[in-house]
Amino acid sequence: MPNAALHEYLLRILLPQLPATGTTWLQKQLANLKTEKEFYLAFSVAPRFTGKKHLPFTEAELQEAEKLRSGFNPANWTADQVARTLLVFAIPHESPEAYVATLDRLFSTADLNELATLYASLPLLPYPEYHVKRAAEGVRTTMTQVFDAIALNNPYPHDYLPQEAWNQLVLKSVFNVRPLYQIYGLDNRRNEALAQIAIDYAHERWAAGRTLTPELWRLVGPFLKPENLKDIQRLLQTAEEVQPLAAALALTESNLPEAEEILAQHPALTAKIQAENITWQTIGENAYTA
Amino acid sequence: MLFIDPHVHMTSRTTDDYEAMRNAGIVAMIEPAFWMGQPRTEAGTFKDYYSHLIGFERFRASQFGIKHYCTIGLNSKEANNEPLAEEVIELLPLFVLKEGVVGVGEIGYDDQTPAEDKYYRLQLDLAKEVNLPVQIHTPHRDKRKGTLRSMEVALEHGLEPGMVIVDHNNEETVKDVLDRGFWAAFTIYPHTKMGNERMTEIVRQYGHERIMINSAADWGISDPLAVPKTAQLMLERGISEESVRMVTYQNALAAFGQSGQMQESDWLEANPVDQSLKFSGNSILRGGQTPRIDTGENNNDSRIIR
Repeated sequence: MPNAALHEYLLRILLPQLPATGTTWLQKQLANLKTEKEFYLAFSVAPRFTGKKHLPFTEAELQEAEKLRSGFNPANWTADQVARTLLVFAIPHESPEAYVATLDRLFSTADLNELATLYASLPLLPYPEYHVKRAAEGVRTTMTQVFDAIALNNPYPHDYLPQEAWNQLVLKSVFNVRPLYQIYGLDNRRNEALAQIAIDYAHERWAAGRTLTPELWRLVGPFLKPENLKDIQRLLQTAEEVQPLAAALALTESNLPEAEEILAQHPALTAKIQAENITWQTIGENAYTA
Repeated sequence: MLFIDPHVHMTSRTTDDYEAMRNAGIVAMIEPAFWMGQPRTEAGTFKDYYSHLIGFERFRASQFGIKHYCTIGLNSKEANNEPLAEEVIELLPLFVLKEGVVGVGEIGYDDQTPAEDKYYRLQLDLAKEVNLPVQIHTPHRDKRKGTLRSMEVALEHGLEPGMVIVDHNNEETVKDVLDRGFWAAFTIYPHTKMGNERMTEIVRQYGHERIMINSAADWGISDPLAVPKTAQLMLERGISEESVRMVTYQNALAAFGQSGQMQESDWLEANPVDQSLKFSGNSILRGGQTPRIDTGENNNDSRIIR
């Protein structure tokens, strides 16, 4: 058993929510899975026994999840998803390579929900360093549900993806209008290369007369260069208020002396940020609901 | 009116088709596994094709508010490559129990060769084992005999007629299919299969019980709006609304719903499509398109591409 505490936790959350037949079925599978074929079959049919309801988590249970695996947030997980994750824990195998080989075969025949479940389970699986290529592959998907499973509320990319793949994840989130504030550990892995690509992307969007998420400037703030300040000035002149607020937040994160000077010219913005406690989180939360 | 198209090959169609289908009232569709216009030569391409049906195509349909189901099987044409067919048959158990797989199909006879017969029978056994409906493709040539033989062999393998949908019927086959208790599907497909004026007369003559229509739209000259168009024609020509509903919606749901993988609530209780929340900017709605938002009006000038 890869991680007994996680296994015990998921089972404790799931079992009270299952019909009796579901409990019997799942326990039988977990106790008896011996071959790869049995595992594939159980993984496919799981929802027929567990249903697909969202599971109710108490605040304490969510905190426990975070303690068991830093960044693990199952608040939106469903019964079939937890059952399938438990089954993936139980894949019969004799080496990390064999485990990954079985996973690869599973990915290659998975349906939409199965793919999302598998990618969301990556941070919980044994042999975490073996799943880097798989995570990078997940970022390449064009299916929103699958992309969200790897990119949002998932600590695996933050913990294990090399910088190039991490930057692709963030940029693709921007491009696909995914909520950046839900990317686990985003601030911690901001970097200069990402900031420069983000600024180039802003120029492209502006040239095309297209909209741009205000969250983009979260990637830029600490890496602002003097030549980028004209972009920030442009943003400060934008009518839609969230854009100047994002510009001001980016400036507060910059070490450039000019940043402070520009901020001083916009006292109303800084006052609003303080008074309303505006953060990248709140900007993100409000950016996608309109 | 709401419609189900229980046979349409969306992998061969464009997003314009999805949009037109949804606007015409199609809420759910079934994509049978078939051949791609030229024979495949590797088992791996079948695996990727089946994965595509339960993955990307399902996703693509969802973006237009259409529930996508599929049937999985080895089609009759490609059953004639026996070494390949052997490998493909091995793949099927990986897919037939996936969510949203509502049958084994489309299988049956094309040239009615011994190889086709062999793999048809093997797949009938598989369907029986996993308790899924069977979607039968009947041959273009020597059709009546091929249709009768398809049913005889299904009975020989112990399938309930109520679990078998016999597709591509015409005036010459419908009576035999209905008399034996099978579901009779009709494909409204220009020039080669049924026309919808003829279809209207068939419903007038045989009623609506166990009859369903589909488009089988694919890479050929075909019409993904065949079901709603035929419904309209039938209403105009005096077929009752109840009968139209049965042959364009309810019977497909009843027949394929026996899989346990297709319920009306799947589309009636689904969230309204709101592409702007989900993914404006990705590779379907390429960056900057005006997303479709249900209940919103779309007043784009059709000449302008943003």
